[in-house]
Amino acid sequence: MKLPRNFPLRPFALGLVAVAFSAILFGRAQAGGSHYFPPVADPLVKEECGSCHLAFAPSMLPASSWQRMMANLKDHFGDDASLEPDVAAKIADYLVSNAGDRGGQRYSDKLLRGVSAGNAPLRITELPKWVREHRKVPDWEWKHKEVRTRANCTACHVDAAKGYYDE
Amino acid sequence: MNPLTLSHVLAAVLALSVSGAGIAGPREDQLAAYAAAAKAANPAFAGFSAARGKTLHTQSFGLGKPDTPACTSCHGNDPRGAGRTPAGKTVEAMALSVSPTRYVDPAKVEKWFKRNCNEVLGRECNAQEKGDWLTFMAGQ
Ligand code: HEC
Ligand code: HEC
Ligand code: HEC
Repeated sequence: MKLPRNFPLRPFALGLVAVAFSAILFGRAQAGGSHYFPPVADPLVKEECGSCHLAFAPSMLPASSWQRMMANLKDHFGDDASLEPDVAAKIADYLVSNAGDRGGQRYSDKLLRGVSAGNAPLRITELPKWVREHRKVPDWEWKHKEVRTRANCTACHVDAAKGYYDE
Repeated sequence: MNPLTLSHVLAAVLALSVSGAGIAGPREDQLAAYAAAAKAANPAFAGFSAARGKTLHTQSFGLGKPDTPACTSCHGNDPRGAGRTPAGKTVEAMALSVSPTRYVDPAKVEKWFKRNCNEVLGRECNAQEKGDWLTFMAGQ
């Protein structure tokens, strides 16, 4: 290829690199690398499911789990998380349509491997893959006063609220 | 004057004396409703008390869930500072001076009183307790 003599090659090359790089990042997020679980985007769900703990990503559980959980908010892990029926129905819709075996499927492959939707597990922290990923976390770390519970994802994953779990 | 309007006037007067402001908003309306309910439950009721509200907020009851014996377990010892739930979520300050947008949605206020009083006291709070607590926070 013959370039004009004063073609600004360097900025052009740098631009190409930048484009390629962001394509990689974008591609990873799109393909659903095991680190990215899109966070809750619906303000109602964020408000009602994100006050006591992180609003957990819907793609981390199968639809059957969300249906089971939303059917009994009165006894929600010992807490009363009950809502007006119309509000609960809207939230259930959102969680179910973005669940790990529905709209959120491409993000959840690994986390939900070996999970039978028929069992409708209620805890992300009891999924086999989750347990395996965390088996190296020592006991004292779970009991640390900044952690206290496995459900406190943000204590260790500072960007969990943005959907990133790569430590 | 029929009894209904009388209680309305009474409630409005109470709300004004509590808020110290001339403009009634959802916060004042809710306090007025709590005052009316408190009066109905106890004819000797003579207005809300920030001091009682402070006790409710800070006392360790331990009658609900073991990890949350007091309101301060989640809301922190300083009403003007943030608190944290057992699952690690930050809760913005409850003091009205720091969080001026609080307590304007009566349904939200009721929802959390119900949940949180159960967590701490093992029962729901009554109207007087709710009014006392809100009065305390309004003065913080
Ligand atoms: C009143 C407080 C409260 C509200 C509101 C609430 N939760 Fe929870 N949630 C809890 C508690 C407490 C736990 C147990 C945390 C622990 O194990 O430490 C929990 C646990 C969970 C877990 C399991 C976490 C794990 O261990 O994998 C999921 C999933 C969950 N909640 C989803 C929701 C959804 C969806 C909503 C909205 C409909 C919601 N929560 C609203 C208090 C709440
Ligand atoms: C006590 C700290 C701690 C807590 C709390 C915690 N994690 Fe982790 N998590 C880790 C560590 C450390 C790893 C990295 C394991 C590795 O890279 O070998 C990890 C890995 C992961 C991975 C795999 C990421 C990857 O690189 O593939 C996911 C997904 C994950 N955690 C999700 C969660 C979720 C969801 C929660 C809350 C329900 C949570 N974690 C709570 C420490 C924690
Ligand atoms: C288990 C943790 C926990 C305990 C214990 C707790 N709260 Fe709360 N409280 C919360 C959370 C979470 C919210 C909602 C988050 C927010 O509004 O920032 C909240 C919100 C509230 C609200 C509504 C605020 C608003 O803006 O409308 C009131 C009122 C309230 N709490 C009163 C109390 C009282 C009174 C007690 C003690 C009897 C108490 N809380 C104990 C966690 C707790």
